[in-house]
Amino acid sequence: MQKVDEILDRHKDKPGPLMPVLQDLQKELAWLSPEVLTRVAQRLDIHPSKVYGVASFYTLFATKPKGRHIVRICENAPCHVLGAPAVMREVERAAGAKMGETTQDGAFTLEFTSCLGVCGVGPVMEIDGEVFGNLTPAQVPAILGRFREMAAPKEGVAR
Amino acid sequence: MKFYRSHILVCHGTNCSMKSPAAILKTFETALKDFGLEDEAKVVQTGCFGLCEQGPTVVVFPDGTLYCRVKPEDAREIVAEHILKGRVVERLLYKAETQPRPVQTYVESPYFSRQVRVVLRNCGVIDPDSIDEYIARGGYRALGKALTAMKPAEVIDEVKKSGLRGRGGAGFPVGLKWTFAARASGSPKYIVCNADEGEPGTFKDRLILEGDPHGVLEGMAIAGYATGATMGYAYIRGEYELSIKRLEKAICDAKKLGLLGKDILGTGFDFDVEIRLGAGAYVCGEETALFESLEGGRGEPRIKPPYPTDFGVFGKPTVINNVETLANVAPIIESGAEWFRTMGTKGTPGTKVFTLCGNIINSGLIEVPMGITLREVIFDIGGGIPNGKRFKLAQTGGTSGGCLPDGMLDIPMDYDTLAAAGSALGSGALLIIDDSHCIVDVAKSFAKFFVHESCGKCVPCREGTVQIMRILEKISEGKGTHKDLENLEVLARVMYKTPLCPLGQTAPISVINTLKYFKSEYEAHINKKICPAAVCAVAGE
Repeated sequence: MQKVDEILDRHKDKPGPLMPVLQDLQKELAWLSPEVLTRVAQRLDIHPSKVYGVASFYTLFATKPKGRHIVRICENAPCHVLGAPAVMREVERAAGAKMGETTQDGAFTLEFTSCLGVCGVGPVMEIDGEVFGNLTPAQVPAILGRFREMAAPKEGVAR
Repeated sequence: MKFYRSHILVCHGTNCSMKSPAAILKTFETALKDFGLEDEAKVVQTGCFGLCEQGPTVVVFPDGTLYCRVKPEDAREIVAEHILKGRVVERLLYKAETQPRPVQTYVESPYFSRQVRVVLRNCGVIDPDSIDEYIARGGYRALGKALTAMKPAEVIDEVKKSGLRGRGGAGFPVGLKWTFAARASGSPKYIVCNADEGEPGTFKDRLILEGDPHGVLEGMAIAGYATGATMGYAYIRGEYELSIKRLEKAICDAKKLGLLGKDILGTGFDFDVEIRLGAGAYVCGEETALFESLEGGRGEPRIKPPYPTDFGVFGKPTVINNVETLANVAPIIESGAEWFRTMGTKGTPGTKVFTLCGNIINSGLIEVPMGITLREVIFDIGGGIPNGKRFKLAQTGGTSGGCLPDGMLDIPMDYDTLAAAGSALGSGALLIIDDSHCIVDVAKSFAKFFVHESCGKCVPCREGTVQIMRILEKISEGKGTHKDLENLEVLARVMYKTPLCPLGQTAPISVINTLKYFKSEYEAHINKKICPAAVCAVAGE
């Protein structure tokens, strides 16, 4: 909770402090537990239901723990027409989980992402903030293999 | 300041940065040292050059030679041949399918020769992290001119006369918006830069911020002076890490030189800019949802009126402009409204930044005069459709825009003409789709996006987006009926009119466009239970 308080101290006097606070907490802790959100509510004097409402509204905030690595696949129209569905099926197969799920070994959580704005090189996916472009299904197993044995990114790394 | 005989520009835009430009940069530097050329040539990391498909690109000045798909191991050869001996490395030159010989300089390539770069004037040319390079290219001169030689009303008047319209998608006259804010009675007033770019297929704001962050800051400061605002917020998508980093540095550097902060250029005008981040919600690109998010709430749109110029962020008068809009401001103040009106069309003067994506040879970032036709963009600049396929449809303005078929390739692109054609210029995303795709499958991918991004506040959008998706799924599975097509049209009519914000209003447009132009393909799924493109898993196959 010391880290939580440090982050709260950093932002509490700004106008509209809730988003910057949650963003830094997400970066630091990888997910926003009920205890953390309660602390935020107390310190900022915002009702806990509102804090939870905000935390659960945005896709970059996690209100449940996730796998060590977050795999985000873009399936929007520009990536779709360049072959994203086949890439997605291969990710599901190679990771051993369906979209939205976490693998049994806790290595990956598979998610859809909103457009990452790198449509010039679609289809794309992002793992722990690293973006992979011009993807083909054949490239997927090697990329996932590289991450599978790796530890989660250390605290403070956006993902 | 040191002078160099040659400059080697290495693109560090996001699209290229996936392909190790840092390693390329390093190899260049090592090679220059090895050949004793480090005082002769300088390596510069720039923002996006635009030709993403051919990336990473390297341009060598003063001649402007364009090298494509450069790998770290190529860097040494470029130094040994081009910089040392003055011999061009032919095998790395840009090759267009339409031209017999590779082109040597970037200005000769059809991709660049048709472009007019106002917003992108510095992108790919300067080091975006260097305020000196921005100033050397005339940067902050417009701010100086506005603060010392013009009254706020004169600044607004110039922008009004230029006919500049909002480049975020809605095309609202910028001068008018500024007038409303200047007249509003509340205090303090705010300038918000909308960099919550989330429209699928759009990556212009990202690349403008990455390539020329000071151009946007200068526009914000001028807007602040014109309207009486002293504080600006740049609301950037949380996913855009490089944009955030470059803008942070730009703000810091501008403050050090007294170009932002208190008493700018000794004129007594104060203007500060702070960055705020989004957290993954497309709807926050809608202005009032963005305010809600910036204030620390769920990004749900407000009911309008009151409009932002009276009741914006923190309930105060606010001008909210898109990144590209703000990047147009300094050139207008510097060169005048009359100059600006020499480009583009009567109703929409100036240029537009488009992002080309999908089934097109040269995907990437371009800037062209308003009024250019889709055919020119796709076939002259974009190089056409790859892999011997044929053009099927283009989606203009992103997923919330609309679709145009083959027969409409020659209409000029500006806000009013595209709107009249049932599509939209929108954010400038151009998604090109070839004839190997099934229209129902494509429409499903549009619909899926809105199901995911609807914020859930109003019923027509929350329920309507799901119903559109269900109907399309039924059709693609071969279980659709003609009644379903009728229902789609009814849904679309209701959704044009009833949702709170443009997200819901635009959600059915592209789907309905595909139904209008490719009805026979829908009917094949329904009547014959076949998918002509063999993409959908329809019954009977």
